[in-house]
Amino acid sequence: MTAAEVLAALAPLVPNASFEEAPSADFATVYVPADRLVETCLALRDAEPLRFTTIIEITAADYIPRQPRFEVVYHLLSISRRARVRLKVRVHEGGTVPTVQGVWKGAGWPEREVWDMFGIVFDGHPDLRRLLMPEDWDGHPARKDYPVQIRKGAQTYEPLEVSEHEFRANIERDRVRRTH
Amino acid sequence: MAELRTETMTVNMGPQHPSTHGVLRLVLELDGEVIQSVIPTIGYLHTGIEKTAEQKKWQQVIPLVERMDYLGAQSNSLAYALAVEKLLGLQMPARVNDIRVLIAELQRIASHLIWLGTHAMEIGAVSMLFYAIRERELLLNINELIAGFRFFPSYIRIGGLREDLPRGFHESVNAFLERFPAKIDEFEGLLTKNDIFRRRTEGVGVITQDDAMQWGLVGPILRAGGSDYDVRKYFPYLGYETYTFNVPTATEGDVYARYRVRVAEMRESVKIARPAISRITPSGAWACDDPRVVPPPKDKVYSEMEALIQHFLIYSQGFTVPAGEVYFPVEGPRGEHGTYVVSDGTNRPWRVKMRAPSFMAIQALPAVVKGGLIADVVAVIGSNDVVMGDCDR
Repeated sequence: MTAAEVLAALAPLVPNASFEEAPSADFATVYVPADRLVETCLALRDAEPLRFTTIIEITAADYIPRQPRFEVVYHLLSISRRARVRLKVRVHEGGTVPTVQGVWKGAGWPEREVWDMFGIVFDGHPDLRRLLMPEDWDGHPARKDYPVQIRKGAQTYEPLEVSEHEFRANIERDRVRRTH
Repeated sequence: MAELRTETMTVNMGPQHPSTHGVLRLVLELDGEVIQSVIPTIGYLHTGIEKTAEQKKWQQVIPLVERMDYLGAQSNSLAYALAVEKLLGLQMPARVNDIRVLIAELQRIASHLIWLGTHAMEIGAVSMLFYAIRERELLLNINELIAGFRFFPSYIRIGGLREDLPRGFHESVNAFLERFPAKIDEFEGLLTKNDIFRRRTEGVGVITQDDAMQWGLVGPILRAGGSDYDVRKYFPYLGYETYTFNVPTATEGDVYARYRVRVAEMRESVKIARPAISRITPSGAWACDDPRVVPPPKDKVYSEMEALIQHFLIYSQGFTVPAGEVYFPVEGPRGEHGTYVVSDGTNRPWRVKMRAPSFMAIQALPAVVKGGLIADVVAVIGSNDVVMGDCDR
C-alpha cells in the first residue's frame, strides 16, 4: 500500500487535515498534525480498506537542531491487507501529542517509554510515569543533548591511617580482651 | 455470628524471583489466591543500548544489539543488518541468504528449547530443563564452530558474514538435524498428553486474536489465538518464499495452545533448515562484493596498495550510510523483531530502535492474569516467553 493510497482512503474520513507524504525507503510514511492524530488513528484502525488493527511500536527521534525538534514515529500493521504504514508527528520541545491508548491498548507502555527517554508528553495518558529509568532520574537520556557519560564525583573515604605503634597497641588490646 | 473482616493482600514477586525470567518485578494484589491487580515494574536490566549505539560506528553496533534478546541473539543482529543493508542498497549473494536463513532457524530452535525447558520446569516438570539444555548445547557448539563464541557470535555482519563457514560445519548441522526430530517427539511424549501439565495450562491465560492484535503481540502468541501472521510468509525476506513450511496455529489462545504452537514451530524450523543446509556449498561467497562495506581479502591487503587503503578506511572510519530511515521486521523466536534505523549520512547511526516483543508481552500481562490464580502468573509469564534483556534493552 503506497502513501498515496493511504492518503486517498483517509481523505474522506478525516476531512480538512493537512497530511503530508514523506519520502521513504520501505513503506508508506505520512506526517500527521498532532491535533488530528487520534481521529486519523481511529480511521486507520476501523476503515475497511485499511484495517491497521495492530500497533507495532511507538518511538521517537531527536533531530536537534532542526525545528520542530522531535518526531514521534508510529509503526502500524494491517494483517488483513498485508500492509504497513508509518505515521510521524512533529513535536516542539515542551509540546504534547495526544495519546492513542484509546485506539490500541498496546500503546500505553511505548508512550511511557518515549516520555521517559525523550520527555515528550502524551496528553490524556492515564499513567505517564518513568518506565525504564528509575523514578527519581533527572533528564531524558535519549535526547541528543543528554551527555553520554555522566561524570559523577567519585565517592571517597579518607584512607585508614594507623601507625605501627597504634597497630601493635590495637592487637595487644584485642588479645587482652579475648583472654578475659 | 460475627462478620469476618476480609482485606486484600499485596505480595511482591521479584525482581529476584527465579520464575520471572531475570529481573521482572510484579506487585500482586491478592484476594485469597485470586489476583485482583498486577503492576509490573521493569527497567532493572536497562543498559541504554540504543543510546550507546548512536556513539558507535555502524558495524560496531552488531555485538551490542545481540545482547538485547540474549536467547535469540542472532535474530537481533539479523534484523539490524538487514535494515542497514536496505539503506545501503546492498544485494546479498544467494549463499549468504541461505546461511542466514539456516542460522536464524537454528537460533529459533535454541531459543524455543530454553523456553520449553524453563516453562515446563516452572510448572513442575523439572527434568525437561535438562533434556532441553542438552539439545541446545549442540546448537551452542555450532555457534562456537562458526564464530568462537557460543552466546553472541556476531557472525552476521552488515554486508554478509564475518568469514566463510569452517570445516565440519555441514557435518555438525546435519548431525543435529538428524537427531533433533526424535528429541521433539521425546519432549512431546513427556508433556503434550501429561495430565498435570494440561491441567496447569489449558484454559489459563487466554489471549484472543483480537486482544493480541490490540496489544501488539505479533508472534507465537498471536498465532496461538488463531491468526496465521508470520513475517516470513507475509513480508518474506532472505528468500523465505522459496522454502516450503507451514505456519503452526491454534485457536484456543491459552498457555497450552502457545506451547503447541512453539513446539510445532521447532519442527517447521527443522523443515526449513534441511533444504537450507543442502543449498549451502562448503565454500563460496560469504559476503557481498561492495568494497565500501566489506574489507578486501587479507592476501590483497599485503600485496596491493588500494586494498590496504580500503582495509584501513573500513577499520578506522567505518563506512557511511545514505541518509534515510528504515524499519525492517524479521520473525524472531519471540515474535516480530524489528529494527528502526535512522541515518543522517555519516558513519554512525542517528537512531537505532529495536522493537521488543517481550516489552509488549509484559505490558499485556496484567490484563491476561487478572482474575486468575497466583500460580497461573508463573505459567503465563513462561508461555509468553519474555526475556528481560529484550524488554529493557
